[in-house]
Parts: sequence; structure tokens; C-alpha cells
Amino acid sequence: MSITTKPESAERQDVAGPPAVGRLGDRLFSASALTAGVIIMVTLGAVFVFLAVEGIDGFHADRSVFEPAAGNFWAYAGKLLFGTTLAAVLAMIIAVPFAIGLALFISHYAPRRLAVPVAYLIDLLAAVPSVVYGLWGARTLASAAQPIQTWLGEHLGWFPLFSGQVSATGRTMLVAAVVLAIMIVPITTAICREVFQQTPRLLEEAALGLGATRWEMIRMAVFPHARSGMVAGVMLGLGRALGETMAVAMVLSASPLVTLKVLTSDNPATIASNIAANYNSEDNRIQTVLIATGLVLFVFTFLVNFAARLIVARAERKLA
Amino acid sequence: MTTADLTGEARSLPLQRLRLPRYAALMVAVAAVVVATLTGLLLGWGPVPTVIVAVVLADIALPLWSRLVEGRRPAVDRLITALVWTALACALTPLAWLLITTLDSGIPAVSGHFLTHNMVQQLDPVTFKTMPGSGVVHALLGTLLVTFGAAVISVPVGLMTSVYLVEYGRGRWIARVITLLVDVMTGIPSIVAGLFALALFNVFFGVGTRMGIMGSIALSLLMIPTVVRSAEEMMRLVPNDLREASYALGVPKWRTILKVVLPTSIGGIVTGVMLAISRVIGETAPLLVAVGSIDVTNTNLFSGRMQTLPVFIMTEYKTSTPEGYRLAWGGALLLIVIVMVLNLAARIIGKIFAPSAKR
Amino acid sequence: MNTSTLRRAIVPGVAALALAASLAACGSSDDSADSAASDGSSGAAAGGSLSGTVAGGGSSAQEKAQESWRAGFGQANSGVTMTYDSVGSGTGRSNFISGAYKYAGSDSAMTSDEITQATKACGGDPVEFPVFISPIDVAFNLKGVSSLNLDAKTVAQIFKGDIKTWDDPAIKALNPDAKLPSTAISPVHRSDSSGTTDNFTDYLHQAAPSVWTSDHSSDWPTTSGESAEGTSGVVGAVQGGNGTIGYIDDSGVEGTKLGVAKIKVGDSFVAPSADGAAAGLAASQLVSGTPATVMEYKINRTSTDPSTYPVFMASYEIACQSYGDANTGAVVKAFLTYITSADGQKAAAANAYSAPLPTDVASKEAAIIAKIGS
Repeated sequence: MSITTKPESAERQDVAGPPAVGRLGDRLFSASALTAGVIIMVTLGAVFVFLAVEGIDGFHADRSVFEPAAGNFWAYAGKLLFGTTLAAVLAMIIAVPFAIGLALFISHYAPRRLAVPVAYLIDLLAAVPSVVYGLWGARTLASAAQPIQTWLGEHLGWFPLFSGQVSATGRTMLVAAVVLAIMIVPITTAICREVFQQTPRLLEEAALGLGATRWEMIRMAVFPHARSGMVAGVMLGLGRALGETMAVAMVLSASPLVTLKVLTSDNPATIASNIAANYNSEDNRIQTVLIATGLVLFVFTFLVNFAARLIVARAERKLA
Repeated sequence: MTTADLTGEARSLPLQRLRLPRYAALMVAVAAVVVATLTGLLLGWGPVPTVIVAVVLADIALPLWSRLVEGRRPAVDRLITALVWTALACALTPLAWLLITTLDSGIPAVSGHFLTHNMVQQLDPVTFKTMPGSGVVHALLGTLLVTFGAAVISVPVGLMTSVYLVEYGRGRWIARVITLLVDVMTGIPSIVAGLFALALFNVFFGVGTRMGIMGSIALSLLMIPTVVRSAEEMMRLVPNDLREASYALGVPKWRTILKVVLPTSIGGIVTGVMLAISRVIGETAPLLVAVGSIDVTNTNLFSGRMQTLPVFIMTEYKTSTPEGYRLAWGGALLLIVIVMVLNLAARIIGKIFAPSAKR
Repeated sequence: MNTSTLRRAIVPGVAALALAASLAACGSSDDSADSAASDGSSGAAAGGSLSGTVAGGGSSAQEKAQESWRAGFGQANSGVTMTYDSVGSGTGRSNFISGAYKYAGSDSAMTSDEITQATKACGGDPVEFPVFISPIDVAFNLKGVSSLNLDAKTVAQIFKGDIKTWDDPAIKALNPDAKLPSTAISPVHRSDSSGTTDNFTDYLHQAAPSVWTSDHSSDWPTTSGESAEGTSGVVGAVQGGNGTIGYIDDSGVEGTKLGVAKIKVGDSFVAPSADGAAAGLAASQLVSGTPATVMEYKINRTSTDPSTYPVFMASYEIACQSYGDANTGAVVKAFLTYITSADGQKAAAANAYSAPLPTDVASKEAAIIAKIGS
């Protein structure tokens, strides 16, 4: 980058400070930026208030509302939280490696002419409505996956995850996790690929010049630079996994219970799919309970994000 | 290695590192496919296990061969390359499958009539059957309007928030709170967003209010986090030198942001916005709750119910009749096509407005 | 033309387009029904003097029937727009009581509490009567078996999980000529709250009380077995496996290749049919102690008359006798008249495969509808 010197004859009316227009513009602009941030805070506060007000009765709801799944609210919410976490963790385990691999492919491995169409196709996966994912997952994928699940159950049945009576229709937690993973991949891939593509050429060329293989260059130059962006992509994907309603409700054969077996037809329900399935229930009392579970999910997401940020901040401090 | 040690063996040492032949990857792939097919035919496997075994074989054989010939580091590199290509194949498979399923079930439903009529149907006077030829125009217009409304709300708010987070708020506690809250927003179940919008408007406008704008608000709750996070990341990646250069020239901060930072990151921002729109355009639960379902075409966001494509798909699917399924798949196909077109448009716009990129 | 010139040309153009689009969205009003429904056919009594939009909702089982009723009613009254949200019977009733819906569809009759609340909300006795009668099939998917005879006790044991394989002696006893494999049985139930579940569990409780001890409920009482969302979900689940069995509204089974079991009534095995369901309603008694404008049936599922099919659902329509404004009252009255008329019932039968109301029931309902004042 060359340094250019401005000629002395440039118009500079007031040497004392920035022009008045600039200062007003700055103040307006920063004020509106702050306002936007405050709007988000206020909105989220409103959502929290809504959940609390509508759901407060749910915490003390009568026993009969939860039967036969649980005896009180916390057992009920606990089981649903377990299901939410299990589905999200499984989906993330499947999705994140794929997303990063795909993002790497688009940014570094693909022949130039292939990169743009592939990126477009992956973005297309995000375009499919969740209802269609539910339909496809419940019918097509489940029946196609059934033989694979039977094989897993027969040959790897000793592994606690794969034990138990394999479902006849294939609509299991494993398939739901796969569908969730397919829904997460485009989000994480898009953000990761944008971030990978922003790696300074200089860093990459320097690594290659020192004799690094392509993978070593990526490890040394791309990943450190892209760390924050990757975390952002993963957190957005996790958010989607935790909050996905329709697809999970249609694919899973679910009720609130705690089990690690992912191949059976007794599957833990997630908080979001439980709300969708039971919101229009005959028994109106369950509505406050469902909103209360929504509040639980809200707080849980808060804690998970907080913890993730702490961990990332600590890791970054160690590296700096 | 001195020239005095030139025995017969040493003369054959190459000057550069040993490398696998140029088309090694291709050869290994072909060999793996052949071996897997033969074994599959012998043991009676179906096509799926054969493909899986072929892929696993290729992914193991190539790095192994490379390890023997080229050494450890190139072998690891080849392994990663193989894995990345496998990831691509694995990701494209469900996409192709989904698209084929949707096309297969949806194309029979789409026609000129489908696109220009709504669900106000007629009964055949003899059989009393609803006459075939229902359409989706009301849902199409509804989706475009509601999503447009959501974008109008969330893009400015989201962009300005990320501007604040990156440019003005670094290190301040309020920025940290906002970032945390944005992360929490990603986890709101879509149905809760719809219930919230419903409750909000019912408080002010009375029980039973249903408006298109309520759906827009619910959807923007779901869009904002994606817009904020992706815009934030992209703006963070703009090199500081560009900002400094601009300040050094006496440009005020706000103009720097508008003229330097935003255009530089516009490609990524557009991707983020498109991602957010793609996600919410297919959301059913919040729209069902907040906007409801209706047969006629309503293009007024501020009065009365509107039909939207995802709710249309859900409603028709729930009828569990062959005609209902047909309409549902037609709607799904239409939705995917809309997003494809929007994506394409966004890319073109991004290319036009980005400063000439010299990476 | 370089990119910056292109940019300068595009920006005002895009802005103008966006402005125009938003103005169009804000400014235009609802299209009325007749401007789009122009298939050029059946000019029968188009027009009518009624107008307005009336919102209703409730049972999702009635969805297809409601669609056909909207079509027929809308043809005759082009100024009216009826809407129906398939939010489920419970939400339908509570929204009716809160005033959000002017009429509601419900798979189960209102409880006495709800009737009191509805009376308060309507400012008078509410109106309630059955409008949609639909048989519930016990459908199965088993390779090599296309027909099956079952009785109440066996069905209850299957769905409870007591009978685990298809070649169980209880099933064999009812089907001596069938070749039943030893495949495991996978019963499928509804994961969402449903009138179909309510009526099916009512049948099991009434006809096999020793096995099915829990009372009828819209939420499936056990946690075992597969569950699926909605009628279509159960159809997909039963189709997707071998050895699966589920209870499905008859409209969902049409067009699929699922086997349907014949249920034992008295000494013979009866297949599900619209006539059987209608006969089942005719054999049932009205619940006493309700206001005169409320017709609720206690369905008798233990009849031994072979012309009845006991596993069916009767879905109700609920409305007020008078509303705040005269127009709503007139529209609701006309709509209910149409639904219970022969034409309306024929439309529901043709599109939702329901059973037309028995004539005596229909005439009683017409008397009630006449009371809806304006």
C-alpha cells in the first residue's frame, strides 16, 4: 500500500475540528445504531415478559395435566429439555463437520467454476420450508433409513445408543437428528464460507510459500483468522436446532421421556415440537404449561450461549 | 549427501520429493468402485451399501498410498481433501433427493390456473365435488408481502445493530448484553414468536385480531439474529487499514461506515440477509397462529387475514386427501422456486454493489 | 457502461420499485370472492344479499368438509367470506367463548362448564348440534394380509401393547383362514390432541372396559407405541412400516392401499361405512339436561345391530343465537342452514367422505337454526 500525500492546497476551512455536518451526522448515525440495539433489547424483554406472564401458572399446574408423562412441572420440563438437548447435540455432531468441510470446499478446494454453483445449491437447502422437511423426513427418509437402522441395531446393538427394539417405520431420533442436521448445514456453511473467503491472501500465500500443504495452510492461516466467524455460524446453527418446531414434530414419534436409545419408536420430545403438538389440545390448561416450557427453553438458550461465549473468550485470551 | 556417495541407488534418488501420479485420486476412486461393486454383487448388497463401501474404501486407500509414497504430511493433506469431497457428495445427496421428491410431486400441480386463482372453489352441481382447479395466488401474494414486511423491519434494525456492535460499541457493556440477547433470540421456537405477536396485537386491538403485519413481526423476530450475526462478522473482517485510511482523509465516521465498511462487506451481508429470508419464508407455525388461513386474496398487510404459502401447504396437507397432497406439493415447489429466484437476485445485486474485489 | 454508472442507474430504479410495491400493499383492499372464482360455470343463485367476513375454527377433522361448505355457500353468497382455522377442537371452543370465533367446530360436545361460559359470552343459550359424521377405520399394513376381522377386546389389547405379534392366538381365533406371520405389531396413535383419538378411546372404553380402563380422552393415554402428527402423519406412519396398525379417519384412508379391519358387532363383522356411522348416531341417545338449543349425543358403541358401525366420530358445530351485529347473525344462520341442508351434506360426503345426517336429526337441527335471531 503506497502512502499518498495530500497537496497542501486542499480545502481545509476549519483546522480546529471536523466539519459541523460530520459531527451532526456522526451523532445521528450513532444514535440510530444505538436505538436499533435498544429495540432488540426491548423486544427480547417483551418476549420474556410475555412468556413469564402467560406461563407463570404453568409452574404450579395440577398433576393431572402432566399425566402420564410426569408428576410435576419440573419433571415434565426436565424430560423435554433432555430431548431438546439430545436432538440438538446429535444434529450438531453430524452437521458441524459437514458444514466446515463444505465451506472449505467452496472457499479453497473447489475449481473456480464449481464454487459458485455449489454455494448456490447449499443455500437452496435453506430454502426448503420446514413443513417440507417434515414431510420428506417422516415419509421418504424414514422408510429409506429403516434398513440401515435395522442393520445398526443388529450389529451394533451393544452400543447403548443403538440398543432396543428398532422402530418399524424408521421415524426415530436418529432420523430427526439427520433432518435437523440437514437444516442446520446451510446456515453454518454460508457464514463459514464467507469468513473463510475473507482470509488475507498474504497469509495464505506466506504459508504455502513456506512449504505447507493445503491442509496445513488452512490450519495455520484460515482457521485462526476465522475462529470468531465459525463460532457465530455454529451458534446460529445451534439456535436453529434448539428452536425447530415443525420438522421435528412431524418426524418424531415422541412423548416426554428420557432415553438415549436413538433407534426405537419411543423417542424423547423436544420442547418446541411438544408445544406444536399440544398447543391445540382439548385440555386448555396445558397451554400455560407449554408456555412455561417455552420460558425454560429461553433461559436454557441464554445459559448455553453465555457459556459458549465464556469458553471462546477464554480460548482467545490464551492464544493472544 | 555428497557426490562421492553416488552408488547405483543414490543415482536413482529424485531431486524432488516423490509424488503420486497425477491422476492418482481418479485411479483410486475407480478401483474402489470396482472392488465395492464386485464384492456387493457377490455378497448381495443393495446399491446403498455398495456406494458407502466404495466411498470408505477410496477415502482410506488414497491417503494410505500417499503415506507410503509421499510421506506423512501429504498423506494427511490428501485425507482431508478426500473428506472434503465426500462431505460435498453427502451434502448434495439429500438436496438432490429433496428436490427430486418436490419436483416429482409438485410439477403435476403447477399450471397457469394454479398460479392465477385462489382457493375460492366451486362445487360441481351434479357430484357436489369441489371442482379441481384451485389455485395458490392468494398464498403467493401473501407470502411475498409478509416476508417483504419482515425484511423491512429486520434488515434496518439488524444492520444498524451490527453497525453499533462493530463500530461504536466495542468493549462497552451494552454491546455485550446486546450480543448475548441476539444469541438468545436464535433459540426462540418459531411457534413462540407467533404466539408473542398474537398476544401483543390482541392486547391493543382486541381478541381475534389477525393481520399480515403480525406475521411480519413474528418472522422478523426469527430473522434479526441471522442478519445481525452475519453482518457483524462480515463487518468485523473489514481490514482496519481501510477505516484508518478513510479517517486519515478526514471522512467522518458515519460516512466511513456507509461508504467504506458496508460496501466492502456487502457480499457477506447480502448472503446473511438472504439466509434469514430463506429461513423465515418457509415458517409455518408462527404464521398459522398469527395470520390464520383464508381462501380469498387479500393484499392489505394491515387489515384482515392473509393466506401464506407455508400455511397453505400445511392446511392442504392436513386434509389428507389426494387432492390436498397435490396442492401441498405444488405450493412447496413454488416456495422453493421463489427462494431460488430471490437468491439469484441477491447475488446479482451483491455483485453490482460490491467494490471491485481484489482479494 | 461501467459498474458505478450501472449502480447509479439502478439505485433510484430499485427505490421506486420498492416504494410502489409498498404503496400497493398498503393501499389495496381485499379482493372480493367473486373476482377470482371465475371458472365460468354454474351461475346458480350467485350474488345473495349477505356480505362480510365471519371467522370460525376448531376441529381439524372437519377441515375438508368446511372447505367444501365454504365453496358451496360462497357460490350462493358471493359477498360473504367464511374462514375456518384448523386449530383443534379445544382451542376452537375456547376461542368461541372468548369471542374470537363466531362459530366453532368441535369433535366433542361442550362440557356443562363450557356451556355456562358460552351462555355468558353469547348473552343467551348457545346453539350446538352434530354436522359431520365420519367413520374411523382401523387400518393396517401387513405383507400378505389384505383383510382382517377384529373385535373390541382384541383391538384394545393390540393398542395397549398386550398383544405383541400378529400370530397371537387371539387374532388367529378371529381369523381362522388367514395366514398370519409372526411379525411384531407396531400400533400407531396420534401425537396431537384429536377428536379421532377421543372417539376411538371412547369406543375402546365402552366396548372393552375390562382391557381399556381409562376413560375417553383426546390425548392418547399411553406412552408406548409410535405416534404421528395429524391424520396424514398416521397414514404415512402406517404406510411406512410392515406390521403397523393405526386408527385413521375414513377420509385419510381413501386412495391408500391400506387394509381395513372389520369390527365385530353382535355376531357379524362389519366394515366401516358412512351408512354404518349414520346408523350408529341414530342408535344413540341425546344427552339430557342441556339447553333446548344444544343437541349433544352420548354415542352408543355397544349396539349389537349389524347395520351400525360403532367406531365413528360425530363432530359438532357451535354458534350463538344472537350476535352483537345483525349481519353476523344472518350470515351464521344462513351458513348453518346450508351445512345441515341436503346439498351441504352431499358436498361434505363427496369431498370428505362423511355420512349425511339422518333426516330426523337434520330436521331437529333446522328447528334450532330457525331460532337464531338477527
